[in-house]
Amino acid sequence: MKKNLLFIIPIITFFLLSIFLAIGLFLKPREIPSALIGKHVPLFNLQPVSEKLNGLKDSDLAIGKPVLVNVFASWCGPCRIEHPLFMELSRNPDITIFAINHKDNPSNAIRWLDLYGNPYKKIGSDLDGRISIDFGVYGVPETFVIDGNGCVQYKHISVLTKDILDNEIIPRLKGKKHVKCKIK
Amino acid sequence: MTAEIGQFCMILALIVAATQIIIPQIGASKKDYGLILFGKYAAIIQLFLILAAFLCLMYLYITSDFSVLNVWQNSHSEKPLLYKISGVWGNHEGSLLLWVLILALFGAAVAGFAKNLPPTLVGRVISIQAAIGFGFLILLIFLSNPFARISPTPINGNGLNPLLQDPGLAFHPPFLYLGYVGFSVAFSFAIAALIEGKVDAAWARWVRPWTLAAWCFLTIGISLGSWWAYYELGWGGWWFWDPVENASFMPWLIGTALLHSAIVVEKRDTLKSWTVLLAILAFSFSLLGTFIVRSGILNSVHSFASDPGRGVFILGFLILTIGGSLSLYTWRAPKLKGGGLFAPISREASLVINNLLLMSATATVLLGTLYPLILDAISGEKVSVGPPYYIGTFIPIMTPLVVVMGIAPMISWKRSDLPGVLSRFKACILITIAAGMITLFFTYKGPILAVLGIILSVWLISGSIADFVERIKLFKVSYRDSLMRIINYPRSAIGGTIAHAGVGILIFGITISSAFEIEKIQSVKNGDRVQVGDYIFEFKGTEIFKGPNYDAIRGNFDVYKGKNLIIKMQPENRKFINPEMITTEAAIYPKNLGDLYAVLGEENSNNTFSTRLYYKPMINCLWIGCLLMALGGFVSLSDRKYRIGAPRKKHTVKNKTLGITN
Repeated sequence: MKKNLLFIIPIITFFLLSIFLAIGLFLKPREIPSALIGKHVPLFNLQPVSEKLNGLKDSDLAIGKPVLVNVFASWCGPCRIEHPLFMELSRNPDITIFAINHKDNPSNAIRWLDLYGNPYKKIGSDLDGRISIDFGVYGVPETFVIDGNGCVQYKHISVLTKDILDNEIIPRLKGKKHVKCKIK
Repeated sequence: MTAEIGQFCMILALIVAATQIIIPQIGASKKDYGLILFGKYAAIIQLFLILAAFLCLMYLYITSDFSVLNVWQNSHSEKPLLYKISGVWGNHEGSLLLWVLILALFGAAVAGFAKNLPPTLVGRVISIQAAIGFGFLILLIFLSNPFARISPTPINGNGLNPLLQDPGLAFHPPFLYLGYVGFSVAFSFAIAALIEGKVDAAWARWVRPWTLAAWCFLTIGISLGSWWAYYELGWGGWWFWDPVENASFMPWLIGTALLHSAIVVEKRDTLKSWTVLLAILAFSFSLLGTFIVRSGILNSVHSFASDPGRGVFILGFLILTIGGSLSLYTWRAPKLKGGGLFAPISREASLVINNLLLMSATATVLLGTLYPLILDAISGEKVSVGPPYYIGTFIPIMTPLVVVMGIAPMISWKRSDLPGVLSRFKACILITIAAGMITLFFTYKGPILAVLGIILSVWLISGSIADFVERIKLFKVSYRDSLMRIINYPRSAIGGTIAHAGVGILIFGITISSAFEIEKIQSVKNGDRVQVGDYIFEFKGTEIFKGPNYDAIRGNFDVYKGKNLIIKMQPENRKFINPEMITTEAAIYPKNLGDLYAVLGEENSNNTFSTRLYYKPMINCLWIGCLLMALGGFVSLSDRKYRIGAPRKKHTVKNKTLGITN
């Protein structure tokens, strides 16, 4: 009898496994949480891309209302795809969009903005990508929502879509789904 | 019209499958050979119907018929012909159809080659094959129809993922599926044996060639995928322990265990219930692999087509098939009587060790693959399990496996003495120790794993050679006699020796290429020189050119050794238009079994280019090792005993007489 019990092991193991597989079907492995959510933005002070435009520093991001920070580069093809969405957003006076120009030649960045339009209020030029690393940027484009106190609320990796904008970003800009910030 | 014919063939195939499940099964129970014969014909008709559906889909791809949703999503009129064809299985629906086609192929092959098998066993095997096919045909017809139309017809298609537009990858899925699905035959045989309540040497002899064939194809399939990753992804690596790679590796490990335990059943009539379990598991893991790839349950570079609806269906099917067969196993396996006993030092014992270690390795890979999922399900925490885990767990398991592997073929059945066996390996032991010392001497500050790897590979290669030399009695009898012995020797044993030597060469390649690789990452401008080991790469700027369906930047490197220009290397960055995607084409130049490997990265702001340059010594031993393993399998498969039908009891003693007539 004892020997017969051994033959039950495979089926029991399999059923335990299939329970996890079933649960796994309804999980979303692709939604990688950013380590920065619920934390204050890193300290930084970035130079402008041209003398006519404003640079960006950490205190700009804590202005009492939520803001967007878009990480872009002129050499990044997908950035061009999401750009019209930012142009449309910038027409709304309630929404403030900042940008970090990631590892980009400032003159290329200006040419790019002249060509496609500039939706950004301030742009920091992150020549060596140092600040992007502090922000935990994997690749461009990425978009952050930051609350009025400079606390990171949300991060979207890759091209922004209308769907993400309406369901994730706009509600957070209106103060919904707010994440409390850990004290510095 | 073609799409509708394809659709119609699939539905007919489903109906045939339904009859093929029921009628031969009844025939086997009632010993009605007419009904079993019906099953055989059904299996062959099944093959032709699915082949017809598959050819219809291929025709739609070749003619770029974008009124078919699947073709529109995955093809493009400007794509080269080879990739129009490989595009058929480069997507979820088409690859499922290929899966079912190969399943039907194996079902028909069993029906066709079944002359020497007991008819009732054939009836049951064919019926079980059809049951698996039935499940997948339902998935195809109702949830993943490759022939669905769209209206209005778009002007042009979306194109195939450019990463998949590659000759290595064009043939990777068919081979992989031949392996995965090939295990279905061993599975069906196992279930049939459980139903019949009989597992004997004859059973093992029927199962083994099918398993061997599947194993060879799987070996080739995995190697092709690995080779593709090496030259196409431009990371310089060839194995990433990605969930989907693991999904193909686990059936391979179990298949390897099954190959070896089937020998024990065949020769010694023992380890029966274990072998049956392995036969069930090998295919179960193939199904699990299909589930992982197709459901997108794990984050992977491969899950390009994921859909929870299909995931639910495949999981349901998985639970029905695997759960059902394991339940049957729990019920029937205890009744399988074990045969001969064996001593702790014997061939049987060494094969048991082989099995235990291979299963431990499988369990380790399974745990590493599913751990992120289990943790996410329990605590919501997201982690990924990377190479350090696998390297840390795999090496301790593989080390004893390789040690045993070196001497096991020389250990006799039933009972043997270790000192006696080892005395035949004196030369190997000496060579291995010497190789270890030399490596230690040259790399005394280097990685200790390199020393271990060299020791293991030298041990295994020299052991395989010693085994071969011993068997043909080289130097002991005249050369002519030795030659006669090679010719007369059972091919299954020669195949085993070749495959074992292949593993040794593979380990050698892995060790040297990872321990002594030289990697240089830098940004370069025109005229810059980079030293990589003995070689100097001089960057000669870039040029832009146009490919058939992409634009590319091509970098130029002149590679010198000393003052001699040995090669101009031209890595590329390709920008595909349909769909929009950038791929890197590494430039690879083979040099003394190693490779010079150059990758052109992105252009930086100040007109420099990021580049990665490598020298990978002995990397080609990897592919040679894999090829030898598959070759060994095919040589073994050509053994005469698989062609002659009637099983012979105690044929081991007759091996020599059999061999001479070969």
